[in-house]
Amino acid sequence: MTATATEASAVRDAGGATVEFRGLRRVFGTTTALDGLDLTIRPGELVALLGPSGCGKTTALRIVAGFEQPDAGQVLVDGEDVTGVPAHRRNAGMVFQSYSLFPHLSAADNVAFGLRMRGVGTAARRKRATELLELVGLPEHGDRFPHQLSGGQQQRIALARALALEPKVLLLDEPLSALDAKVRVTLRDEIRRLQLELGITTLFVTHDQEEALSTADRVAVMHGGRLEQCAPPAELYDTPATAFVAEFVGTMNRIPGRTGNDGTVEVLGRRLPSRGEARPDTGVDALVRPEALDVTPGGDARVVTASFHGAVTRLTLALADGTTLKADVPSHRAPELPAGAAVTVGLPDRPVLVDDRTA
Amino acid sequence: MAAITATTAKPKNRPRYWRGIVAVVAGLYFLGPLVVSVIFTVDVPNQGFTLSAYTGILGAAGFLSSLRLTLELAVATIVVVLLLLVPAMIAVRLSAPRLRTLIEIVCSLPLVVPAVALTAGIVSVLRWGPTTLARTPLYETILQIQNPSFPVVLVLAYVLMALPLAYRTLDAGLRALDLVTLVEAARNCGASPARAVLRVVLPNLRGALLNTAFLTLALVLGEYTVASILGFTPFAVWIVGIGGSQAQMSVAVSVLSLVLTWVLLLILAAAGRGPSFRTSSRKLKVKETS
Repeated sequence: MTATATEASAVRDAGGATVEFRGLRRVFGTTTALDGLDLTIRPGELVALLGPSGCGKTTALRIVAGFEQPDAGQVLVDGEDVTGVPAHRRNAGMVFQSYSLFPHLSAADNVAFGLRMRGVGTAARRKRATELLELVGLPEHGDRFPHQLSGGQQQRIALARALALEPKVLLLDEPLSALDAKVRVTLRDEIRRLQLELGITTLFVTHDQEEALSTADRVAVMHGGRLEQCAPPAELYDTPATAFVAEFVGTMNRIPGRTGNDGTVEVLGRRLPSRGEARPDTGVDALVRPEALDVTPGGDARVVTASFHGAVTRLTLALADGTTLKADVPSHRAPELPAGAAVTVGLPDRPVLVDDRTA
Repeated sequence: MAAITATTAKPKNRPRYWRGIVAVVAGLYFLGPLVVSVIFTVDVPNQGFTLSAYTGILGAAGFLSSLRLTLELAVATIVVVLLLLVPAMIAVRLSAPRLRTLIEIVCSLPLVVPAVALTAGIVSVLRWGPTTLARTPLYETILQIQNPSFPVVLVLAYVLMALPLAYRTLDAGLRALDLVTLVEAARNCGASPARAVLRVVLPNLRGALLNTAFLTLALVLGEYTVASILGFTPFAVWIVGIGGSQAQMSVAVSVLSLVLTWVLLLILAAAGRGPSFRTSSRKLKVKETS
């Protein structure tokens, strides 16, 4: 990857559009893929659409690309409604989940395909293709055919092809899911670096939360065709807005508690301010991250198992009332808390998210 | 085919003498009768070596005209089959996947109708046509499709007979492509739907189109039943007529038609091999470097 400033600026001029979803609805037969999605992506921002399969994230992306028509609602790019614009006239570059390079064209011809469709001359096409191949770090591979390239290389070429027409929006539809773990991480970091360099507004669909949290400016968690929360990764992790987000992103404990009348919750013998929707004076679950729990020796809870995870050790704890919890403690403290040890579980002085009790 | 076999058959540390045996057995089975036939046609008792059987065929009346008719029929059939099937199959895959089964059934139907039954049907239609349509403009049409210099009715019959073969080969070619994604990728690059099909789908279907043309050509070259019952004389019918009179000549006729078919198929294969396929080599498989 040896992108120079001039190469980057060639694309930057076109980048930085605002993308806005307004009440998008899309129904396929009996399944509702999108159920009123509202989301605004700011210029130059990378937003990851994260969610379980069937949550509508890919449908939303395909609506931006023009491959799907919404049943209701609009997509605005830079304030302009593009809902009725056919796919080939939208200025959005897309990288697909499956390898989508044209098998009969060399890598350079694949990259230059869009320019050829626009009637750009051969020399200009070749020049631009060379630039883009350098941008994605494959300057030597221009005359290779797709079947001669590895999966990671194919997706880089696909990225170069998507950027060739200087799109206003870059759409990434799980572009890394077909790659093996190591390549996935490298390419993910490169996509992010390139995106920052070009300042291009990017929508990144993924079902891999680590991918979303590590690359995106903001992560939009979707569930059942709706937006649950859209927030920067740290905020999403630390203060999830809903129980779904809390449990979908990272690991979450459910600890039985009881809400008070004054917006508090009593849990593990403490009274803390509560967040989330719960009726007063009812039994609820408090949602707490494993690393937020404070485990100290001595008490009426018990360590069931301890598994070493490198920097932290994950303890499985059983409370006196039978509730099972997971707690992460620094590994250097693990020897004090062996399996079978009696412990006390404490909570941090922070508002806790509560949710209706399940099971 | 040769290229694929050459690259996949890598030398391994296994005894390979059995391959030789297979080659010899297959060679004897296929080439033996051919060689014997050729010897029989050129070595006439009491005359020694002579090519009279072949010159006799080439000099016989109707050789060129029947050959030309067959080639014209073959080209017309190939064109009609491709124009009929390719757009239909692409459209079905892109926008109405549920209709795929219907197309498959329709295209396979000719398999269950024997050529003789098909011809019987055509014959009765051709007989019924002129009397029923005598006062309509279609009267001329029904006469015209039986014009002996270019019988359209044969093309229609051949198209029907070629449908199952053509469907299978095209289907295999389409199966090998991620058609929907390729078209979407092309549209994302600014290609209209029509251009996406022309610039991306068709070039990638080249192998399948070629195979379809290949099979259709072979079918038309060897077709005897329909043409002879309907009373037309394309090459196959002519060659049978000419061969009946003399022993040497009848064998020479089959040798010649074999060679001719073979040459035509080679020409078609050579014509279909384009520049982009020559440059690509499947031997280069690049390791993951990124």
